[in-house]
Amino acid sequence: MIFSFDLLINAIVSGILIGGFYAAVTSGVSLAFGILDIVNIAHPAFIILGSYVAYIVNMTFGIDPILTAIVATPLFYVLGAGIYQVYYVSFEKRGQESLRGLAFFFGLLFITEVSLVLYFGVDYRYVAAPYIGPTWHFGDVDLPLRIMVPCAVSLLLIAALQLILTRSFIGRAIMAVAQDQLALRLMAIDPIRIKRIAFGISIATASLAGAFLIIIQPVEPSVGREYIGRVFAICVLGGMGSLPGTVIAAMLVGIVESLTSTFYGPSWAPAVSFGFLLLTLAVRPAGLLGR
Amino acid sequence: MSSVMNSVANGTMTNTDLLQIDNLGKRFGGFVALENIALSVAAGERLGLIGPNGSGKSTLVNCICGTLKNEQGAVRFDGRKLDGLEAHQRTRLGLARSFQLPRPFVSLSLADNIRIPLLYTVAARGTIHSAREVEDRCHHLLGEVGLEAKAQRLPRDLTQVEMRKLELARAMAAQPKLLIADEAMAGLTHSEIEEILTLLSRLNDQGVTIILIEHIMRAVMSFSRRLVVLVSGKKIADGAPDAVMRDPEVERAYLG
Amino acid sequence: MRTPTFLLICLAIAAAVFAGSIAIGNDYVFFAGYVILQYVVLSTAWNILGGYCGYVNFGTAAFFALGAYSTVAIYKLIGDNELPHVIPIPVLMLVGGAVSAVVGLGMGYLTLRLRGAFFSIATLALAVVLETLVVNWDYVGGSRGAYVIRPEELPLIGSYIRYLFLMMMLLAVAAISIARLIEHSRLGYGFATIRDDELAAEASGVPTLRLKLIATTLSGALMGMAGAPFPYYIGYLQPDSTFGLDYAVNSIAMPLIGGTTTWIGPLIGTLLLGSLQQVATVTISSAVNLLIVGFLLVFFVIVAPNGIVGLVYSYWQRKPEEFVGRRHVDADAPGPVP
Repeated sequence: MIFSFDLLINAIVSGILIGGFYAAVTSGVSLAFGILDIVNIAHPAFIILGSYVAYIVNMTFGIDPILTAIVATPLFYVLGAGIYQVYYVSFEKRGQESLRGLAFFFGLLFITEVSLVLYFGVDYRYVAAPYIGPTWHFGDVDLPLRIMVPCAVSLLLIAALQLILTRSFIGRAIMAVAQDQLALRLMAIDPIRIKRIAFGISIATASLAGAFLIIIQPVEPSVGREYIGRVFAICVLGGMGSLPGTVIAAMLVGIVESLTSTFYGPSWAPAVSFGFLLLTLAVRPAGLLGR
Repeated sequence: MSSVMNSVANGTMTNTDLLQIDNLGKRFGGFVALENIALSVAAGERLGLIGPNGSGKSTLVNCICGTLKNEQGAVRFDGRKLDGLEAHQRTRLGLARSFQLPRPFVSLSLADNIRIPLLYTVAARGTIHSAREVEDRCHHLLGEVGLEAKAQRLPRDLTQVEMRKLELARAMAAQPKLLIADEAMAGLTHSEIEEILTLLSRLNDQGVTIILIEHIMRAVMSFSRRLVVLVSGKKIADGAPDAVMRDPEVERAYLG
Repeated sequence: MRTPTFLLICLAIAAAVFAGSIAIGNDYVFFAGYVILQYVVLSTAWNILGGYCGYVNFGTAAFFALGAYSTVAIYKLIGDNELPHVIPIPVLMLVGGAVSAVVGLGMGYLTLRLRGAFFSIATLALAVVLETLVVNWDYVGGSRGAYVIRPEELPLIGSYIRYLFLMMMLLAVAAISIARLIEHSRLGYGFATIRDDELAAEASGVPTLRLKLIATTLSGALMGMAGAPFPYYIGYLQPDSTFGLDYAVNSIAMPLIGGTTTWIGPLIGTLLLGSLQQVATVTISSAVNLLIVGFLLVFFVIVAPNGIVGLVYSYWQRKPEEFVGRRHVDADAPGPVP
C-alpha cells in the first residue's frame, strides 16, 4: 500500500467529523448506561426510529430533518419516560434487571426493527437538505457538509446536555441518583422520578441522532445493529457517563475506523469498535478516561 | 498512636497468631480508605472492631476476605500469605464472613443455602466424604440456629433475625477457623441480639476465632475480650475493651 | 430419576418421534422438525449460561455461525469433488463445537470478571465482528456465500434430511441430558449461586469465575455443534442469514417463555414457539412471525417472569407443603432488605 499524506489527513479529518456524530449517538447511552445503569441495548433502534420520523416528515413536507428532530424530541422524551416506567415496575423494583430487563430491551429492539421492516421494507431511505450535496475544500482536505452539519449540531447537543447535567437542579439530581439515592430521598426528591426524566432525555437524544444518521447515510431498519457495539464501546471507553469523555472516545473510534476503512477497506471497519471494546474491558474496565 | 495500643497486638507474629495484617493500605481514587493498618489476631480470640460510619471497617473486612484488593501491605492467615488469592480460596483456607446486609441465595431453599459452603468449601478440603454427611451437617447447622423447621423454605419467607441467623449459619457451614461477623445484629431487638451473641459465644467456645464488627456498644462490650477502633481509615486504639473506651482519643472520635 | 433412566426415556421418545415422522411419509416433516430440534439445542445451550448463571448471551448467532462455517471450511478443505458425506456429521459437530467452545472461553475470560452487562454487550458485538471476518474471508465464500452439496441418499436411513434430522435429535437429547445433569449436580448449585449473588457465592467458597467459564464454554460448544450440520441442511450458506438476529431472539425468547431455572423450560418454550413459527412461516410472512416472537418475549418477561414452568408451579403451590424447596421456585425479590 502506497502511503499518501493526503489520504491520511483526509481520513483523520473525516474520522473526527464522524466521531462528532458518534458522540451524539452515544450520549443517550452514556446517560442511560453510564449514569443510570440501565443497559438499554435498544437505543440504536430508537435512533433508527428517529431517522424514519425525519424521513417521513422530510418526504411529506420537505422540512429540514434536524428541525424535525428538534420538534420531535418531546415525543421521544415521553416515549422514553413511558419505557422507563414499565422497566422500573417490571424489573428494577423486583431486582430482575440483569436477566429479564436485558431481555426486555432486546425485545424492544427487535419489535422496533421488525415493525419498521414490515412498514417500510428493507429499502434504503434518505432525506433531502441543502447541505447534503456540497463539500468545502481546504487545500487537500475535504469537508463534506453532509457530515459537518450533523457534527456541529451534535457537539452543540452535547454541550447543552453537559450544561443541564452540571448546572441545573434536575441535572445535579440526575448525577446524584447514581451516587446516593438516600441523600435524594432526604431532600424529598423521588429518585424514580429523576431516573424517569433522565431516561426520557436519553431517548430524546435518539431523535436528533437519528436525523443525523439519515443525513450522513441512507438508512434501512437493520442499520441500527451496527451501532450497538460501537455506542457501548464508546460509552465504556469514555469512562461510563462522562460526556466530555464520550466526545473524546467517539472521535478516537471515528479516527481509527476511518483509517481502517481507508487503508484496509470499509468492510473491516465494524471490527474496530469491537476491538476497542474488548481491549478496554480486558485492560482498563474503568475506561481510558475513567477514574 | 494511642497509649493503650498493646504490644502483642502491634507486635511480631507469634506462633498462635491466626491472622496478621501488616501495613495494609487501600485507596479509592484519591480517597484513602485504609492507611497503615497493622493487626494481629491470635487463635481463639474474641475481637471487637468498632468505628464510626465510613471509618473503613467494611473495607478492611473486604480486603481480608479478598473481595477488594489492597494496594499496600500484606495479610497472612494461618501461616499463609493471602495476597493474590481469590475470595473463595480464602474461604477454603478457613476464613469465613457474614455480610452486613444479609445476602442469601434467594432462589435456593434454606437447606440449599447451607449446602453451598458444605459442597464448595468443606468438600473441597476433603473432610466430607458422602452425601449423607452433607445432609446431616446441613440439618445440624440449621438446628443450631433454630431454623430446621424452615429448611425447605425460601429466604424471602424469613424474618429479619432469621435472615441474620441464616447468614451466620452459612458462614459457620464453611467450618472456619476465623469468622468475621459484619454487623450481624443491626436492627435487631434486645432479646434477638442476645440470641446472636449466645450463638457467637458457643462458636468461640468450640475454638473458632471471632472478629465482631458492631455498632451496638453493649453487644460489643459484653462479647469482646479485646477491642480495636478504626477512625478515618486508621487504627487509633487496640487493647482491653475497658481501657480502650477510656482512651481520650477514642472518646474524641466518638463524641466529636 | 437417575440420569441413565432419563437418557433411555429420552432416546425412546426420540425413536418414537423419528418412526412417527417416517410414517407420515413426507420429508417436509423432517425439514420443519430439524429447525425445531436445532432450536431445542440452541435454547438449552443458551439457558445453561443465561438461565442457570444469569448471564445474557446475545451472540447465539455468532456461536451458531462458527459451527456452520467450520463445516464450510472443512468442506472446502476436502474439495467439492470428493464424496461430500465422507466426513460424518458427528465429527463436524465435534469440530464446530470445539471452535465455538474456544471462542466462548476466550470471550468469557476477557469479560466475565466484570459485571454481567459487559459480557452481554460484548456478545452483541461479537456477532457483528465475526460477520465482518466471514464477509472478508473468501475461502468460505465471503459475502457471496458458499454452496455445499448435500448427498441425495444414505443407506439404511433414506434421504439425507432424515439423517440430519436424526443427528440433530441425538444432539438435542444430549443437550437436554447435560442440562438436567448440571441442574441436579454440585455444578448446578454453583451456577444458581452465581445467578443469585456472586459475592456471597465467593464467600461460600464457590469459584465463580471458573464456573462462569465452564458455563460459557459448554454453552458455546453446544451452539457450535447445532450450527455444524446447518450448511448441509440449507445447501447455500450466506453470512446475512447465518448471522441473522432470529437466532439470538429465539434462543432468548424460548427459555424465557418456557422458564429459565429448569431444563424443561427451554424445551417447552422451543416446542411452543418453534411449532408456532413453523406454522406462521407457512401461513403468514416470516417477518410477522418474528414480530410475534418479539411481542411474546416482552409480554412474558413483564407478566410471567418465571415463564410457563413458573406459572404451573405457582398453580401447584396452592397445595401447601407439596412443592417447596429446590430452586424450581424462582424468587421475585432479592429477599427482604432491612
